[in-house]
Amino acid sequence: MENYLSIFTEYNIPGAFWVNIQLTFWAAIGALVLGTVLALLRISPVASFRAIGSSYVNLVRNTPLTIIILFAVLALYGQLGFTLGGDFQANFFRLSVLGLAVYHAAFVCEAIRSGVNTVPLGQAEAARAIGLGFMPAARLIILPQAFRGAIVPLGNTLIALIKNSTVAAVGSVATESSSVMKSMIEFRADIVIPIFLTFAIGFVIIVIPVGLVTTWLSKKLAVAR
Amino acid sequence: MWRVGRVTSSNVYCMNSDHQAQSATSDAIVQLTGVNKHYGSLHVLNNINLSVTKGEVVVILGPSGSGKSTLCRAINRLETIDEGTIKIDGQTLPSEGKALAKLRADVGMVFQSFNLFAHKSILENVTLGPIRVKGMKKVAAKDLAMQLLDRVGVANQADKLPAQLSGGQQQRVAIARALAMKPKVMLFDEPTSALDPEMINEVLDTMVGLAKEGMTMLVVTHEMGFARKAADRVIFMADGQIVEQATPEEFFTNPQSDRAKDFLGKLITNH
Repeated sequence: MENYLSIFTEYNIPGAFWVNIQLTFWAAIGALVLGTVLALLRISPVASFRAIGSSYVNLVRNTPLTIIILFAVLALYGQLGFTLGGDFQANFFRLSVLGLAVYHAAFVCEAIRSGVNTVPLGQAEAARAIGLGFMPAARLIILPQAFRGAIVPLGNTLIALIKNSTVAAVGSVATESSSVMKSMIEFRADIVIPIFLTFAIGFVIIVIPVGLVTTWLSKKLAVAR
Repeated sequence: MWRVGRVTSSNVYCMNSDHQAQSATSDAIVQLTGVNKHYGSLHVLNNINLSVTKGEVVVILGPSGSGKSTLCRAINRLETIDEGTIKIDGQTLPSEGKALAKLRADVGMVFQSFNLFAHKSILENVTLGPIRVKGMKKVAAKDLAMQLLDRVGVANQADKLPAQLSGGQQQRVAIARALAMKPKVMLFDEPTSALDPEMINEVLDTMVGLAKEGMTMLVVTHEMGFARKAADRVIFMADGQIVEQATPEEFFTNPQSDRAKDFLGKLITNH
C-alpha cells in the first residue's frame, strides 16, 4: 500500500488529469463553434455549402484522431513550421487542441443536425413566413431548439472528447495523463495494475458527472410541444 | 350586407378567368397568372389564375388533395411553382433571398398546426417579427403585441409558453403574430382543422372580426359556416384546378359544376 501511495508523491497525478481537462475545455469550445458552423452549412439552402459541410464531416469523422494530431504536430509544425505561439510545450498543447477540435467538430455537427431534426418543419416555415431570412431564422428559431434537442448527443461527444484528450500524448503533450501513466509503468513494473486502475477510475470519476448533467439538462431544457 | 353589395358591383365572379384577371388587376393584392406545379406526375396546380382585391375575403373550398393548401402556401413561396407568376401588391414574388423575406413580411400566414415558436413565450412570439424584421423598438413592439393579444382574447396568457395554451388559444396567438407584421393580406391554411370542435368557433369568430375590419384574406377551410358568413367569394378547387367561383350565396344554393354539386352533396349528407 505504501508502495502504491508513493506514486502520488513521485508523480503529479491530479496535475496530469488537469491537463486533460484543459485540453478538453479548449477543444470543446473550438469544436462547438466549428461544429455549429458546419451544421449551418449542412442545413443551408445553398447546395454548394451543404456539399462543403458534408465533405468535411465525411473526411474528418472517418479519419483516426491519432493521425490528425500526429499530422498537426509533426507535419504542420515539424515540417511546415506552423506554430500557435508560446513555448515548445504550449505550442504542442495548442496544436493538440486544434487537432481535437477539428476532429470533434464533425461529431458536434452531426449532433446538432440530429437536434435540428427534432425541430418540426413548421417552425422554420413560420419563421420564414414572418419574413426572417435563413440566418436569423436559424439563429433565433431553429438552433436554440436544436441545441436543446441535441444535449444528449452533444454530451456523448463531450465524453468522447474527454477520453480522446489522451491522444494528445502522440502530440508530445508530455504532462497529460496517458503520457504520465506511460512513464509510471516504465519505472514501476511492480504495481502496473494499480497504476492502470488509478487512471481508469480517475477518468470514470470525471466522465460520470458529465453523463448525469447532460441527462438532467436535456430533461430540464426540453422544448414542450 | 354591405359586403354582398360591394361584391356584386365589382363583378369579378365571371367564370371567364381572363375577364376576371383584367377587371381585378388595378387593386389586386394577390395575383396569380398561369400558375402550374407538378409533384412528379401529379398536376397539383393546373393553370391557376386568381386575383384577390384589397379588402376581399376569398374562401377556397374543395376535396382533399385538390391543391388548395398548395395554392395557399405557394403565395408566400413555402411551395415553389413550376410555371406562372405570383404578384403581391404588384410585385412579382422573388425566388429567394432578402427580397423574398421582405415580401413575406407583408403576407401573414396562419397554419393548420399553429407553428408558434415553441421555445418563446406568447408575447415573444408576437414581438419577434416586429423587432427582428421591422426593426421596431422593444417597448413599442410589446405595446403592439399586448394590444393584438388583447384583441384575440389571450392577453392574460402573454408570459406562458405555447404548449401551455389550448389549441384554440394557440391559433389566436398565431393570428396575432401574423397581424403584428401589419400584413397586406392574410393567408389561412386550414386554420381550424387541427382544433377540437369546441375551439373552432373562438378562432372563426376572430377571423370573422378581421374580415369585418376589411382585412384582405385568403382562407382555405372546410368550415362552410365561415364561408357563408364572411366570404365575398368562394373558390371551388378540384384536381388542381379552379372549377368554379361565385358568391357564397350562389355557390351553396346553385352550384354549377358536377364536381361542386357532388362535393356539397356529400357535405350535406354528412351533417
